[in-house]
Parts: sequence; C-alpha cells; structure tokens
Amino acid sequence: MVPRAEPQSYYGQPVIKEPVWTWEIPLYFFTGGLAGASSGLAFLADLRGNKTLARNAWALGMAGLLASPPLLISDLGRPSRFLNMLRVFKVTSPMSVGSWLLNFEGMLSTVAAANAWTGALEGPAAIAKPAAAAFGLPVATYTAALIANTSIPVWHRARWTLPFLFASGAAVSAGAAAAAVTAPRQAAPARRLALMGAAGEVIVSQLMEQDLGELGKPYHEGAAGNLNRVSGALTVAGGFALASRLGSRRSGAAIGGALLLAGALAKRWSVFRAGFQSASDPAYTVEPQRQRIAEGRARGASRSAR
Amino acid sequence: MTALGYGAEAKPRKGFFTDTSICIGCKACEVACKEWNHVPDDNSGFSGHSYDNTLQLDANTWRHVAFVEQRKPLGVDAAAESLVEAAHLNEIAEREGVETYQEDGGIRWLMASDVCKHCTHAACLDVCPTGALFRTEFETVVVQEDVCNGCGYCVTACPFGVLDQREDDGRVWKCTLCYDRLKDDMEPACAQACPTNSIQFGDLDELRERAEKRLEKFSAAGVEEARLYGADEEDGVGGFGAFFLLLDEPEVYGLPPDPVATTRHVGHVWTAALAAAAALGAALAGAVMGGRR
Repeated sequence: MVPRAEPQSYYGQPVIKEPVWTWEIPLYFFTGGLAGASSGLAFLADLRGNKTLARNAWALGMAGLLASPPLLISDLGRPSRFLNMLRVFKVTSPMSVGSWLLNFEGMLSTVAAANAWTGALEGPAAIAKPAAAAFGLPVATYTAALIANTSIPVWHRARWTLPFLFASGAAVSAGAAAAAVTAPRQAAPARRLALMGAAGEVIVSQLMEQDLGELGKPYHEGAAGNLNRVSGALTVAGGFALASRLGSRRSGAAIGGALLLAGALAKRWSVFRAGFQSASDPAYTVEPQRQRIAEGRARGASRSAR
Repeated sequence: MTALGYGAEAKPRKGFFTDTSICIGCKACEVACKEWNHVPDDNSGFSGHSYDNTLQLDANTWRHVAFVEQRKPLGVDAAAESLVEAAHLNEIAEREGVETYQEDGGIRWLMASDVCKHCTHAACLDVCPTGALFRTEFETVVVQEDVCNGCGYCVTACPFGVLDQREDDGRVWKCTLCYDRLKDDMEPACAQACPTNSIQFGDLDELRERAEKRLEKFSAAGVEEARLYGADEEDGVGGFGAFFLLLDEPEVYGLPPDPVATTRHVGHVWTAALAAAAALGAALAGAVMGGRR
C-alpha cells in the first residue's frame, strides 16, 4: 500500500486533524454496543420463556443506555448545548441519526426494563420490547458508521469491516455481561452469544487488518497496538473460561464474562486510538491518494495547463 | 452558479483564487484575518520550520502562510512578466555574482497562503449534527457560533484538516470567507490586505477564468510545475470555492493530492452498518433460539 519511497510532506505536519474526542467516546462505543445487543438478547430470551435472563438483559440494556448520554454530553465542547443534536435529522451524519436512535432506544428500553422488573406498563411494553430489540441492532453498529464516515484513513478505509467488528463487540459485551450476572443454568444463550461474538471479533479483526494493509499499521504500533494485543489476549482467555466447565459455575462465569467485557472495551479503545495515529502521520493520508492518481483511479485535485 | 434554497436572495458564488507564485510570505493575510475576525492568539513559539510558526490551519489560524525551502533548479524565466523582467534578474545575478532564489543550485522558496477551501461538497457541513455548519447565499461554508455544540465531527470529516476545536471555548472555528463583510459588499480582510494580489477575491466563475489565463502564461514560459489546485468541479469535493495556483505537488504544501469528501461513501457506510446490524440480529437469534434454554 504505502510505497517505500519517502513521501513528500510539509515538515511532517499532518494533512488532516486528529479527532478532538476524549475518553468518553470509546467508553460510549462499548456501552452503546452492550446496550444495543442486550435489548435483543432480552427480547429473544423473553420469547423463549427464559424470564431470568430476560430481566437481567433488559436491566443491562437500560444501564448501558442511561450511561451513554452523560458520556456523550460530557465530551461536547459545549455540553449545555447537547439538545442542539435534535435540531435537525441528517442521514449524511451518522452522529445525527445516532442521536435520534439513542433517544428512542433509551425510552424504549426504559419502558421494557420497568415492565420486566415490576410488571408495570404492560401495554406500552408490548410495543416497546420488540421495538427496543430492533432499534438496538443499529445502535450497536452506527458508531462504526460514524467513525468510518470521516477522513481518517484507518477508519474510512475500513468502512465495510468496522461495523461487523462493532457488531461482534456488542454481541460479546451483551453475552458476557448477562452471563456474568445470571445463574449459569439460565445463562446458556448468553454464553453462546458471547462466544459467537468473541469468535467474530477475532476473525473480523484479522479481516480488517488484512484489508487495510499498510494503512492498518496503527493496529500494531503504539497505544492502539498495545490495546489491540491486550484485547486479543483477554478475549481468547475469557472465551475459553466461559466455554469450559468454569463457565457453568457462577464464579467462573463472572470471571470469564469480566475478561470478555474488558477485551471488548480494549478493542474499541484500540480502534479509537488507531484513528489518532492514522491522522497524525501525513503518509497515511497522502500515499493512498497518490496511489489512486498513479493507478488512474482518480484524477486528483490539481491540473497543469490544458 | 447560485446557492440552492435561497431563491431571490441567492448571490453568485464567491471565492478566493490564491496565486501562490506571487506570495511574498508577508503574512498580512494572517494578521488582517485575526484582527477583523477577533481570532485569538495562537502558538507564539518558534517552530524552526523556515518562517512558519503557525504550521497549520486551526481554530485560531484561518489563513496560514506556508514556507517551503527547496534546493530545486528553476529557470529565472519563471519570474514571468508581472515581476521584474526575468532577463534583468539574470543580468544582475551575473554582474553581482549572487544567486537568485530561483537559480540553479540556489534555494527555491515557495510561499503559499492556505485557507478553508469552501468545498462544493463540504463533508464538514454534511456530517454536522446540529446544523451549525451551513451554506450561505454566497455558497460559502460557515459555522454558526451560536449553534455549534463542539461535537467535533467536522474536525475528523474535513479532508484538509481545516476545522478545529478552540480550547477554553469548546466550539469549532474556521474561515467564514468574511461572511459579515460579504453581506456589506466588501472583500474579505485577507484579500484586501494582500499587497501582491496573491489572494484574489471575487465571483468564482470569473476567478477560474483568470486562473486559467495565469496558468497559460506559466505554460508558455515553460514552467511545467505550475498547476491549479481545486479549480475543477470533477475532483473529490466537487471543486473548491477557494482554489490555488501551486508550483509543486500539493503535499509539498501540506495539502492532500486527491481529497475526497467522506460523505461520497456514506451509502457504503450505511449499507455496511445495516448489514452488520442484521448479522447481529442473526447471531442473537442463533444464540437464543438455537440451543437449549
């Protein structure tokens, strides 16, 4: 991808800006994914008649959705203006679509959780539960669309794989969290979900890095690289713990679940940091553009005399 | 070319043609911009990179003069007719035994005043979730400071790294093409302050024609390095409202050679996100319905 030739640059200055986002954002990627997939798990467990698992998953979904808005608001440069997010609705802005989604999902899952735990709001819950399950799915993946829809090469170039990575992470999070807090006898679906997600995360990470080629170097260097390795180790360890006989014991499930949750969080953090590393080196921005021009796939923005 | 949605209020598209070949690096544009727009102080340190101590466009630098020092042979003829006669320069150089900055073995000094490109397809505007970024009746792109909540999405969307968040303020700031002055039929402060007319302001159509003629002169003088940057509508951002004449590759000035508005791929982005959501749904169904309870 990035040729060996010394790329031209202006004193090594970045061409694009690093994000201004802080720690709240990767944490939100995690809580949003956890919440989105938990609603689906809860709804399906309800259908299957597994009331214990359903109640726990509804509660986890609601917890994730209650934690998310404060994180997002605190990251704003002007937190008091958070309501401006609902001035407009723009499909070209995943952040705009996500703001609305998150609002609806928050209301739906609160109604669902209230009903699951107290039996109140029977009527509204009949609608809120399936709706929360359905809307929870894009809540878990739109955050990948959000960062893919930027000029940052390691994110934008991974636009086909990042949403699947985030979907996997959401499955891991929801499954692991529910497995950790539910009696193992009722938690088999949660363990299966966590393991499917863990396998997905490992596989999609590989696919993404292969597809990125040289642009994916941030996943092997610096903070993003460290977090990526830590995430892989935690996910594999947690997966084995949950899959083994440990997973059918309460303490084992809690440990395996915690390892998987930590792995999913570290993966989001790795993706987040990779964006900064990708933006800070002008070669990541310039070289693929040069290559497009060299291969005749793009004309570029400059033109000599006709 | 007039702005959509403004009806009778629409004005011809305004822009800048920055002819970097006649930039002398005086930074009057930077100063005039700061003064008129009340842009706060920026880095006042010493970068060590030629005469450039601001280094980039950001929340507090809306015009940025780049200084590139190159050991690159360039014929003195390139000075072109608008400057002192090239032959005269040659003569002086020979008589005095000095090397002009354009002579073989000497230093070629490129100076260029960078600014927000006011893209035809502006990714910053497309991704702004509050509508703070909008397109004016002059088809320029402006942040409404009373609406921006500092989410920072535009900062990562811009393919040129123009927008940035101002510390201690939280909002995002960038060149407005002096929207307030445009409304009063005045030219932007930087263009007015430029002593060499390197920064030219006007109707974009007219500026493009002028740039074309300028480029032809370079071509006739044999200066093949001269190129227009952002003057065509078929590039990745649909053409710049503020375009340039450069004397080297864009990346030499810290500019991307093939900028593409990220929102060109927003269809792919949503397709992938929805497909992944569906896959998550399938995994959930498989996990819960597939085995024992």
